[in-house]
Amino acid sequence: MTLSPAARWSLRIAMGLGLVFIYVPLLLVLVNSFNGDRTFAWPPDDLTTRWWAAAWANEGARQALLTSVKAGLGATAIALVLGTMVSFAVQRFAFFGRDTVSLLIILPIALPGIVTGIALDSAWRSVMGDLGIGKGMFSVIVGHATFCVVIVYNNVLARLRRTGTSLEDASADLGASPWQTFRFITFPMIRTALLAGGLLAFALSFDEIIVTTFTAGPGVTTLPIWIFNNLFRPNQAPIVNVVAAVLIVLSVIPVWLAQRLAGPEAGASRT
Amino acid sequence: MTALGSYLHRHPRLRLAGLLSAPLLWLVVAYLGALAVLLVSAFWTVNGFTGETVREFSLANFRTILTEEVYRAVTLRSIGVAAAVTAICVVVAVPMAFFMAKVASARSRHWLVIAILTPLWASYLVKAYAWRILFANGGPVDTLLGGPGRGPGYGLFATVVVLSYLWLPYMILPIYAGLERLPDSLLEASADLGARAGRTFRAIVLPILVPAVFAGSIFTFSLSLGDYITVQIVGGKTQLLGNVVYANIGAANNLPFAAAIATIPVLVMVIYLVAVRRSGALEQL
Repeated sequence: MTLSPAARWSLRIAMGLGLVFIYVPLLLVLVNSFNGDRTFAWPPDDLTTRWWAAAWANEGARQALLTSVKAGLGATAIALVLGTMVSFAVQRFAFFGRDTVSLLIILPIALPGIVTGIALDSAWRSVMGDLGIGKGMFSVIVGHATFCVVIVYNNVLARLRRTGTSLEDASADLGASPWQTFRFITFPMIRTALLAGGLLAFALSFDEIIVTTFTAGPGVTTLPIWIFNNLFRPNQAPIVNVVAAVLIVLSVIPVWLAQRLAGPEAGASRT
Repeated sequence: MTALGSYLHRHPRLRLAGLLSAPLLWLVVAYLGALAVLLVSAFWTVNGFTGETVREFSLANFRTILTEEVYRAVTLRSIGVAAAVTAICVVVAVPMAFFMAKVASARSRHWLVIAILTPLWASYLVKAYAWRILFANGGPVDTLLGGPGRGPGYGLFATVVVLSYLWLPYMILPIYAGLERLPDSLLEASADLGARAGRTFRAIVLPILVPAVFAGSIFTFSLSLGDYITVQIVGGKTQLLGNVVYANIGAANNLPFAAAIATIPVLVMVIYLVAVRRSGALEQL
């Protein structure tokens, strides 16, 4: 379609405004983490790094960070195994109910997070509670893994679609055992997709708050929960802001790595 | 190992069963099972004196939801917010996605995709928090509009803005992906055959755009419908379905009633999914 120069320019302006809308709030948090004023008087006239030092020394924030990393690693490990299995089943086999399976995978992120959260909460209370297993780190990992599976699934599925089976067929024709074919052909083909999917799943788990709120036991405070608990305490505001700034800076890493590892299709599959 | 491998190789059905059993067990037991328990517990009640759950079938919760004005208002308000957020996201996302897919050069397209993806990975909470500062009394929005109290402050408006902000990338990405699959040659062919820009848009772009927009709307709509964090951070006293569910689990400790209210967004989403399925949106996810 040949667009008139005016149409091109208005699209360009829309894009620019959209990017400004997306990035201004994030930049504001970054700048505010150096704002010397406790109530973030704007514009800031006193720039300081003392909040960064205070945040670094904050025991609660550090503990929460550690908890989040543990939960993320656990959920990612489960999601990698389960997501890869389903993607192979869906991509390499035709079977009755295949569409249902792919719908079932999407369901945990298609339904509102609060529904997933309280479903897991009530199931845990009425089933696992009766078995004597209380809520804690384990229930958080179960909750996170449930919606992380789809991330790995999407990444591996996209890779399997793109690569096809000709290399594996060739390997089998040349006399390789199924194990050899997997070890030397299939696994190297999907390795970067696994890395990208695992990374994105970890990032999603790291950031999750709604399901976490409902599945975490009393002693389990992940970083998002810590931020939320401290959000309404004026005293803690500067420290919360520094933690927020750190998270914004860190968020560049998974996207950058995923792009490197698996090409542009990987990053998009958070959906 | 090898013997097992060859045996499995000769029996594809068995391989399939092996691949599917663990994930399906997980999703069916941990997830569908949990949803089922939720659905069942919506029909239970809580004893007003002892605070204990009475596991007997009762329609009391649903009767309360249907008859009391406040719950009807909250439901309609939540659906309204979700619809407004979706509409705003469509209006903002379509030009951006179109620019990315069809106007930008291949090089800048790559960077634009990264620019849209990156904030998706910044913490949800951090983004809502950023807007809390923006909308604060005497904050940047107020200053821009001429002083403390001049901006909209916390409330329904702020909630809609922040939710639109949060879910915008979920709308841009499927639209971009759809438009990118549309070959430029088709657009050129349409122009060569004498179609004006408007005609090309209607005949070529729109059939791609509509399912992509619906795919994006599944996310914006569903995510807005279930949100209760943003509304607590920037919503002031605004009540949405998510808050009511949360309040009933926390302070009121009435899980059955919370479950009954939580069936509302599920019902709305199921209706929505069935409605948009015909457009082919689900294949675009």
